Amino acid sequence: MQKNLFLGVEAIGQGAIDGGISGVYAYPGTPSTEITEFIQESELAAELGIRSKWSSNEKTAYEAALGMSYAGKRTMVCMKHVGLNVAADAFVNSAITGINGGMILTVADDPSMHSSQNEQDSRFYAKFAMIPVLEPSNQQEAYDMVREGFALSEELGVPVMVRITTRLAHSRAGVERSEVLSSNELQLPSDPSQFVLLPAIARRRYKGLLEKQKDFEKAAKKSKYNSITKSSDRSFGIIACGIAYNYLQENYPIDDCPYTVMKLTQYPIPEKMLSKMEKHCEEVLVLEEGAPVVEEAVKAAFKKDIKVSGRLSGALPRDGELNADLVAKALGKEVLKGAEIPDIIVNRPPALCQGCGHQDMYKALNEALDTFSKGRVFSDIGCYTLGALPPYKSIYSCVDMGASITMAKGASDAGLIPAIAVIGDSTFTHSGITGLLDAVNDGSNIVVVISDNESVSMTGGQDSSALGKVESICQGVGVDPAHIRVLVPLKKYHEQMVETFNEELAFDGVSVIVFRRECIQAAAKRMRKAKKIKDNPKKQYS
Amino acid sequence: MKTDIVLAGVGGQGILSIASILGEAALRDNLYLKQAETHGMSQRGGAVVSHVRISDDAVASDLIPVGTADIILSVEPMEALRYLPFLKEDGYIVTNTTPFKNIPNYPNEEEILAELKKQPRCIAIDADAIASEIGNRRASNMVMLGAATPFIQITPEKIEAGIQRVFSKKGEDVVNLNLEAFRAGRNFALANK
Repeated sequence: MQKNLFLGVEAIGQGAIDGGISGVYAYPGTPSTEITEFIQESELAAELGIRSKWSSNEKTAYEAALGMSYAGKRTMVCMKHVGLNVAADAFVNSAITGINGGMILTVADDPSMHSSQNEQDSRFYAKFAMIPVLEPSNQQEAYDMVREGFALSEELGVPVMVRITTRLAHSRAGVERSEVLSSNELQLPSDPSQFVLLPAIARRRYKGLLEKQKDFEKAAKKSKYNSITKSSDRSFGIIACGIAYNYLQENYPIDDCPYTVMKLTQYPIPEKMLSKMEKHCEEVLVLEEGAPVVEEAVKAAFKKDIKVSGRLSGALPRDGELNADLVAKALGKEVLKGAEIPDIIVNRPPALCQGCGHQDMYKALNEALDTFSKGRVFSDIGCYTLGALPPYKSIYSCVDMGASITMAKGASDAGLIPAIAVIGDSTFTHSGITGLLDAVNDGSNIVVVISDNESVSMTGGQDSSALGKVESICQGVGVDPAHIRVLVPLKKYHEQMVETFNEELAFDGVSVIVFRRECIQAAAKRMRKAKKIKDNPKKQYS
Repeated sequence: MKTDIVLAGVGGQGILSIASILGEAALRDNLYLKQAETHGMSQRGGAVVSHVRISDDAVASDLIPVGTADIILSVEPMEALRYLPFLKEDGYIVTNTTPFKNIPNYPNEEEILAELKKQPRCIAIDADAIASEIGNRRASNMVMLGAATPFIQITPEKIEAGIQRVFSKKGEDVVNLNLEAFRAGRNFALANK
């Protein structure tokens, strides 16, 4: 069969289409973005009528997916790991409501923080909410697990988490597809109280979730994705989770591994498998990407005094991404050193694109703030976070989506005046609006810069929920229209921008200054597409 | 048979198109392949790297272990040196010599070239000059891809078919330009191996 060259994220997108979803919901976030983009661009998905537009944030995405599941249809919701913090309220409670149509939550974790603020491990969340997890070790498994995961979710009655990490998300391999499953008919839950989490009902449903735990464990035990390959050498055993299984295979092809190997790619961890390992091995090494979730569980489960090593024991680093070399070291194998990097090599940090509007905004901001002491600008998540680096060095915070406005408000409340927030258009509609409402209700003395490039740029130029709505949202929240200023960040307007800053910094209250100029990458993409349509007007473009 | 390639460059220089041409060609040749890419923040002018692993046997790790890469293929000279720890002892460096200077402290060009000269097996090409001569500097990645072919166990014909597929939408002129660039790179490497 012809294989498809898929990134891990693309395999997941295809798996969801072939698994019979009626809709995907998501907010862009590296390394999860391309799952939804793949579905948006898929001709088959368009033919099948799968809805796939971006949501305003992960919480709205999660709730909409839960609504689709309520209506009986299969659905997937995708986000990066920190996005699950935003969706956590809906996520944890959805384990208690359970599902109707099959529902998969795909979370992409980012160990080593290639494009993130932390490297939290989503398996903790799954354990917290007490739902099953599928953790593919390669692209083919990613496809198969998602395609089959909706049926698993329907069988067990809860959402199923598919957890991947950056490396699998952004690595290609040949993937074989299976037949396309048909979507579900519209059908409401048989129990009309299922989704009503009033205390009396919630208590009953929570007991039900607790009782189901043994079913989840049974499903993991009989899963074709979990296995134990026994060896006659009892001195050592290995538990390899998710992608760590590949790094083990890089060191020992599994047919050729001298030790007993437990492959763990479906959770909860089956206790019976652990007791087999306990019986058979005198020492166990746990290989897992992220936090020592399994290592801790294994230590707690073993009754015999068996040495357990992994990220906690120091056999592997406690933080950062795994690789075949780190696993080799943990296995006591010799690791090549490789040549040294010559001393003259310097780092090449990411930077704002030449011609980007954020640059002009920061130049004006720096000049306007020149007469004040440093440390007054709170920022947010997006390309403009690069304003923390030289040559701008303009901002002093980047914590979570929307925190610029609320932190500026708190600092201003404490007496730091002026205090300034710098936030992008999409981040503003993701999580900034409620903070702005707090500032308006409190009459806080802050200046909010909305650096509006009319797209979600850091993740590759997705449609922004804020498009064409920024000023009306600010007005609706209650910002005085006289203090909603709109400027074009271009060099030729530099003086005007500085002047506007000066005026609003002098105003005691909430000011919003919108700097609006299309992202230059998005503009280039738009022009390329326009040219394509001009060159070939008959073809349909998504 | 196994070829492990570290593909290096700067965000926006088009190393991902080299990677996808190689990937498609390998898959059509019924070879196994894994190809890890850099997406996200680093694409904004940062250093980007792609590990391409091609084999007639299943490939396990998406990342190449240190000290085992057969080739470093770089579209920028400093980036070629950044990944030296990955190169095996008798591995080849194939690199463009035109620097991409988007940082204020870019090292002295002569020193970079001197470091490359110190490497026992290095093919340094002014791919931008070759591509300009052919007609478009932007085809310099195809010059580099061509230059790497003597060290990759996929036939140049199959890679050319990949180039045709990738550029076919842009018309025959673009395809021919890229094929010409690819062949010029290959000839340079064969003559200077």
